[in-house]
Amino acid sequence: MRFMLLQAYGGVELEGCVPMTEWDPEDVKAHIEFQHTLNAELLDRGELVDAQGLAGPDQAKFVVSDGTNPPKVIDGPYPESKELLAGYRMVDVDSLERALGIAAQSSAAPGPGGVPIRQQIEVRQVMGAPDPEV
Amino acid sequence: MSTPDVEGLLRELAPRALGAVVRRHGDFADAEDAVQEALLAAAQQWPSDLPTSPLGWLVTVASRRLIDEVRANDARRRREDAVTLLDVPVDGLATDDSLVLLFLCCHDALSPTLAIPLTLRAVAGLTTREIAAAYLIPEATTAQRITRAKAKLRGERFAMPEDVSSRLRSVLEVLYLLFNEGYASSSGPNLARVDLSREAIRLARLLYAQLPENAEAGGLLALMLLTDARRPARTTATGEVVPLAEQDRTLWDRSRITEGMVLLTAALKRREVWEYQLLASIAGLHDEAPSHAQTRWAEIASLYGLLERMTGNPVVTLNRAVAVAMVEGPDTGLKLLDSLDLDTHRLYAVRAHLLEESGDPLGAAEAFRVAAGRATNLRERDYLTMRAARAGRG
Repeated sequence: MRFMLLQAYGGVELEGCVPMTEWDPEDVKAHIEFQHTLNAELLDRGELVDAQGLAGPDQAKFVVSDGTNPPKVIDGPYPESKELLAGYRMVDVDSLERALGIAAQSSAAPGPGGVPIRQQIEVRQVMGAPDPEV
Repeated sequence: MSTPDVEGLLRELAPRALGAVVRRHGDFADAEDAVQEALLAAAQQWPSDLPTSPLGWLVTVASRRLIDEVRANDARRRREDAVTLLDVPVDGLATDDSLVLLFLCCHDALSPTLAIPLTLRAVAGLTTREIAAAYLIPEATTAQRITRAKAKLRGERFAMPEDVSSRLRSVLEVLYLLFNEGYASSSGPNLARVDLSREAIRLARLLYAQLPENAEAGGLLALMLLTDARRPARTTATGEVVPLAEQDRTLWDRSRITEGMVLLTAALKRREVWEYQLLASIAGLHDEAPSHAQTRWAEIASLYGLLERMTGNPVVTLNRAVAVAMVEGPDTGLKLLDSLDLDTHRLYAVRAHLLEESGDPLGAAEAFRVAAGRATNLRERDYLTMRAARAGRG
């Protein structure tokens, strides 16, 4: 079963958590190492399909087209950038429980002072092949 | 130790087998498919049963597949191919067609996204699956790119182009892009077994071996070796970027540096100095410097000046600003940046670095923050985030 674990810019439950560029350098280092270690662990267990970070929200663009007229391209900066996707992991696991477990691990990434940031992770199953029994 | 290095052997033989099959049968696209199938079959069989003439085996198996394919097609086409089979002389397996193949696959009619996978398969002998994994794209997409590339080449003669020097530019460019992809890669965890930089170096060696008198072919290989030499020091065990100034120079690969410098010296003697030789000269000055501070920055700055006039590329000016700042101080470097019309994270990163040097940590922190927001490589973004955090602490 494949799941997307999606991470938006907002959704951090740790109170007063400032942007990462303003953390103590040691805390930044710990956070980055945590992400690498988690990916390495998932890779090692044969569960990692892909993990990518997306370029920053100031570079995001929104495109709408009616197929005839020139498309409408909306450029940032956006007041609601907290809702934009920051990155994702795609995992291939045996059960929903395992996907939720990975999401929980990822959510507890260390923040300032090593306190878990409690980032909300959106877990979505990736559509698979139809059930052969049906 | 009894197991032969089948993978290495296959990659070495792939372009020669393909050249031989194309010469026999005429059609590059079909021949390439047939050779790819023969390579896959060999990868299965050879580890336990290595043929006495591996190249002959590949050519025979690929030719048989091609003939089977022809028989399966309609009668009209069969007659045409039969004629082709008779008309094209078999000029033996001795001809090394690798160079012809490389020029064909790096044809300037193909964009790099098509030229690179085709070159990796037809000349470097990689499988579609390996190429897909190295680029983190689905195998079917990769296969389709190769098919599209071959379709665009239909009708091209299998021979060296008449205007070698202008076509060589696109060959060099494709190989350099391939090298950089491997060197700078990559966002996300690396799942690929294939090392794109190594493959680029292997192809550049092949090119240089066939065109030893060409200064830029030598310059490109020198550039790759002199850059790749620093790779062991460029990232930590966990993949964090280590900037040049902080790299442990004892980790640099001395044998690569020596080989690169020999090639570069030979190339420069030909007095046809272009882009890749200049870039290699700059890489060489870094490699031979005992420390970041004791680097010959004035020479590097003037080499970038030459490159700037040659290419008009603002990224070159950005690099020159760094070298100029090392010689004349950060303020001169910052002034140079003001004249630049660029909007990349690298501009902000360089500005941040120079602001830090000039004693403006808060200005530096802000510039690092902007740079981190614009970075498109995860490793670099991590690094810039870290620098912003550090600068912000004063």
